Amino acid sequence: MTCTEFIAQLDDLLEDRVTVTLRADLEEHLRGCEHCVITMNTTRKTIEIYRSHELYELPNELRERLQKAILAKCKKC
Amino acid sequence: MPNIQTQGTEEVHPDVLLVNRAREGDVQAYEKLVKQYDRQVFRIAQHITQNREDAEDVVQDAFLKAYEKLDQFQGNSKFYTWLVRIAVNESLMRLRKRRTGRMVSIDEDVETDEGSMPRDLADWGPDPEMQYGQSELADILRKTIQGLPPGFRTVFVLRDVEGLSTEETAETLGLSVPAVKSRLLRARLQLRERLSRYFRKKKGDGAK
Repeated sequence: MTCTEFIAQLDDLLEDRVTVTLRADLEEHLRGCEHCVITMNTTRKTIEIYRSHELYELPNELRERLQKAILAKCKKC
Repeated sequence: MPNIQTQGTEEVHPDVLLVNRAREGDVQAYEKLVKQYDRQVFRIAQHITQNREDAEDVVQDAFLKAYEKLDQFQGNSKFYTWLVRIAVNESLMRLRKRRTGRMVSIDEDVETDEGSMPRDLADWGPDPEMQYGQSELADILRKTIQGLPPGFRTVFVLRDVEGLSTEETAETLGLSVPAVKSRLLRARLQLRERLSRYFRKKKGDGAK
């Protein structure tokens, strides 16, 4: 397996959506390729970091204002 | 959210019950849907438009449009993905306006080769984000994702930040499943590469 072939399967590997046979092939590639090990680990970490950090919170005050405005308009529909 | 088991074998999502009540003029039922999804719609809009005022407008307009179009909601998709589709379209429209009329679509800038094969070989430490304070880290994450083309950014946000499935993301954006997969892979790899500037192991890391 080449690095390009490994990368093409990376998302499915990270989401555990590969067959047993394919997983074995991917793991064999990883044993001999530090580049792909690093790519896999840091890509997984990238997803984790974005999932665990709320970048755009909606403050309560603004939230209430928006909700009121939406519902007032809906009532006029 | 759990589905409600009806007398037959079919399961009805609670949102569908609220939508049905809202269609009959029950604004309080719609209020529950607004309160359930306004944070998510705001996040998505802010990620796409990169502008706070636009994101606020998108929240209002998306929920209002959805309300006006409730009769068109088929019920064969989730209300949330249907709502997100409206919000994404509203967001792209506002992004286009901000860019003084230049066309912005979900297909923009996706034909780049960047990100198809990783170039940066640098490894990260076990908890790279601990190198930064919360506020500084949030700035880094915002700046990094803002650098992605809108077509990649939107797929990444829906799939990885908001947790939609690949199929839901495809349906929401009007893309094929292979197109979503391709963009998601490239978005993830580009973000990884860009974050490496901040998170790569420094010389001497791990040395006692």
